Amino acid sequence: MTSPSRPVSVHLPAPLVALFPGSPRQLEVPAATVAEMMDALDARWPGMRDRLCDTTPAIRRHINVFVDGARARLDTRLAPGTAVYVMTAVSGG
Amino acid sequence: MAARVLVLVGTRKGAFILESDAERRSWTQRGPFCETWPINHVVADPATGVLYAGGGNEWFGPAVWRSDDRGATWTHSGAGLAYPEGEVPVKAVWSLAVGHGALYAGVEPAGLFRSDDGGRTWTHLSGLRDHPSRADWQPGGGGLILHHVLLHPDDPRRMWVGISTGGVFHTADGGETWEPRNRGTRCDFLPEGQRYPEHGQCVHSLAMAAGLPDRLYQQNHCGMYRSDDGGRHWTSIEAGLPSSFGFPAAVHPRDPATLYLVPLNGDSAGRFVPDGRAAVWRTRDAGESWTPLRDGLPQENAYFGVLRQAMATDGLASAGVYFGTGTGSLYASADEGDHWTGIARHLPPILSVETLVIGD
Repeated sequence: MTSPSRPVSVHLPAPLVALFPGSPRQLEVPAATVAEMMDALDARWPGMRDRLCDTTPAIRRHINVFVDGARARLDTRLAPGTAVYVMTAVSGG
Repeated sequence: MAARVLVLVGTRKGAFILESDAERRSWTQRGPFCETWPINHVVADPATGVLYAGGGNEWFGPAVWRSDDRGATWTHSGAGLAYPEGEVPVKAVWSLAVGHGALYAGVEPAGLFRSDDGGRTWTHLSGLRDHPSRADWQPGGGGLILHHVLLHPDDPRRMWVGISTGGVFHTADGGETWEPRNRGTRCDFLPEGQRYPEHGQCVHSLAMAAGLPDRLYQQNHCGMYRSDDGGRHWTSIEAGLPSSFGFPAAVHPRDPATLYLVPLNGDSAGRFVPDGRAAVWRTRDAGESWTPLRDGLPQENAYFGVLRQAMATDGLASAGVYFGTGTGSLYASADEGDHWTGIARHLPPILSVETLVIGD
C-alpha cells in the first residue's frame, strides 16, 4: 500500500452545498489529512476551500471540522474510511 | 426601449432589487439574493448591465457575487481575495467600483483588490497596505474597512479610497503608490492641537461631482467637506446643517454643485435623524447653503440612521434620490428630493443603495 490518500467520508453542511450547485451533502474523497480533504473538495468545486479555510492558513473561525468526535485542524490526519463532519458553527449564524 | 430603473440594495441579510419604470411611482421588489449573506455593496456595470455584490459571511468568508441576468441567478468567487499567509485574513468585501475595464473591491481589514475578469479572480493592489501610515489605521465602528473607491472617469491610473479609520488616499499610478489626502479634515477624537493629522481621519463617505473629477465631497465622522483639487485641501461645508455627523453623501448625476446628505444627531446620541424627524439635506451651491427635504418622510418618532453607502441618485432627467435606513426602510424621490415615498418597509438593515438605469 503506497498511496497515503484512501477515501474518507465527508459530510458537508447545507449552507455550503447551496453555494456550489451539484455538490452533495455527503461524498467520499481520497485524503490523508484534513488539508488534503480540502484540496480534494476544491478540485471538484473550485472555490470551496476558500469558503472553508482562510489564508492563515486555517479552518475558518466559524467552521468546525469534526473527526472522531473532536474538532480537527488542517494537519489532522485521517484514517481510511474516517467520517469527517464539516459543520457551520452556531457562532457564525 | 422605455427606461427601467433598478435600485440595488445591500443588506445585512442578502441583496434586494427594486425595479420601476421612468415614472418611478410603483415598484416591484425581488430578493433576498446571495444566499442571505451580509452584502455590503451592490453595484452595476452600466456598460454591460452586469451586477456585482460584495460581502462576507461569518462562516464562509469574503466573496463578490455576480449576476448576468439582472439578479435572476448569481455566481460567487473569492479567488485571490486574500492577503499573504500569516496576515489577518480578509473578512469581507465592503465596496465595489467598476470602470476602465476593471472591477475594484475594497475589503476588511482595509485593502484594495482588482479584477480584470469580471470578478472571477482578484489581484491584491498591495501598494496601499505598504503605505507607512498603515500601522496607525484603526477600526471604526464598522471595523477597519475600505468602504469607498472613486475612479477618475478619464484617467484609469487615478483613484481615491476612503478608509475607516485611516482617511482618504489617492493614487496616480494605478495603485502602486498612494498619498494621504486629508488636509483640512478634523479628528475631534484626538487631543486639542492634534486634530488635523496627515492621516487617521474617520471618513464616512466620498463622492465625486458630476463632470468635475477633482471636486470631491466628503461626509466625515467629524464634519462635511468639499475639495476642488482632488482632495489635496478640504473645506468645511457643515455651516447650516443640524450636525457635523452623518454617514452617506450622494451627488447629483449632472449638477456638480448639488449634493445630498443625511446629518444625524451626533456620534454619542444614538446616531438617529435629529429630533426623531427625518430629512435629507440638499445643497445646490456646493455646500454654501442647505435645504432640508422632509416632504413624505416621517416627522415624528423616527429613530433610524442611514449608513455610509446607503444613499444614491439615478441618472434620469428628473434625478431620483434613494436612501435606505438601518431599520430596513427604503425611501425614494423622483424629483431630486422634493417629495419622498417609502418603497420598501421591512427589509433587513440596509447597508448600501445604488442604481442602474436601463434603456434610457
